Amino acid sequence: MARPRPEPMQVVKQRRDGALAALVAAVPYINFLGITFDRRGDELTAVLNFDDKLIGNPMLPAIHGGVTAAFMEVTAIITLGWSQLWPQIESGKIDIETLTNGKLPRLPKTIDMSVDYLRSGLPRDAYARARISRSGRRYASVHVEAWQDHHDKLFAQATGHFLMPPPPAPAAPPEDKAEAQG
Amino acid sequence: MSDKVKMAQQFIEALPHARALGLVLTDIDEGRATITMPYAEALVGDPDTGVIHGGAVSAMMDTCCGAAVMSHPSAPGATATIGLRIDYMRAATPGQAVTTTATCYHVTRNVAFVRAVTVDEDPDRPVATANGSFTVERS
Repeated sequence: MARPRPEPMQVVKQRRDGALAALVAAVPYINFLGITFDRRGDELTAVLNFDDKLIGNPMLPAIHGGVTAAFMEVTAIITLGWSQLWPQIESGKIDIETLTNGKLPRLPKTIDMSVDYLRSGLPRDAYARARISRSGRRYASVHVEAWQDHHDKLFAQATGHFLMPPPPAPAAPPEDKAEAQG
Repeated sequence: MSDKVKMAQQFIEALPHARALGLVLTDIDEGRATITMPYAEALVGDPDTGVIHGGAVSAMMDTCCGAAVMSHPSAPGATATIGLRIDYMRAATPGQAVTTTATCYHVTRNVAFVRAVTVDEDPDRPVATANGSFTVERS
């Protein structure tokens, strides 16, 4: 039997971009910092869109160290959340309508983050990518790299551990049974 | 309010990101600083519960650690973070302000060592703790 015809590109893109946008838009703090995500296939690059309110020391000026830490934490959490969401939207287990109606999977919780500041953050856009070193059922370990002009000249890197949300409950039982359980 | 606290508060308020977070410095003395961050919808990390994002807590703790370094008796002119490690014990209670106290407990010619703890309105159960190393810029 011939394999099924691949979906039209626009359908694929809309589903993936829509799911990512819903995941990111649900978190007010990501919007507060002005972080957006570029997607190439399943790979994400976080973009810290520069704004004056991200400045720590106005004399230099430089991006606030706390903003750098927060940017990498957001990158790690969204990359982890996305890695869990991806197979579910691709298999059709979760549809985009559910996501845009605000029924989003729970995001991982930070256990700890260790940040190395390698250079001062210049007053311009910054980028970050997270690599999931290990993702188990309960815990995940993630490494994040952040750069500005040159990808090989990182201005910060971080390692963090995260508590993964419990897997989604199995499909709801038929209604009569659900009622019997109260 | 002492002049020292007033001056430090003015310094913190001059930092654009500290202002964006609404940070208020309430105490500073000889290597020790206390900063409060009021609860704000914009800082929420989990929309289901209204818990503020860990990143906002990190930014506040980094600021407070820096203030502690600059208030140390050895009087560094300025400082920058070299490394910061933060442990999150629990979610901050939604609706409550969070308060960080940072202590700069050792300073060498080039490096200052700091630890900090963040609580919400329940001071007995920390929300987060941090350990950091900071540069010492001699003025």
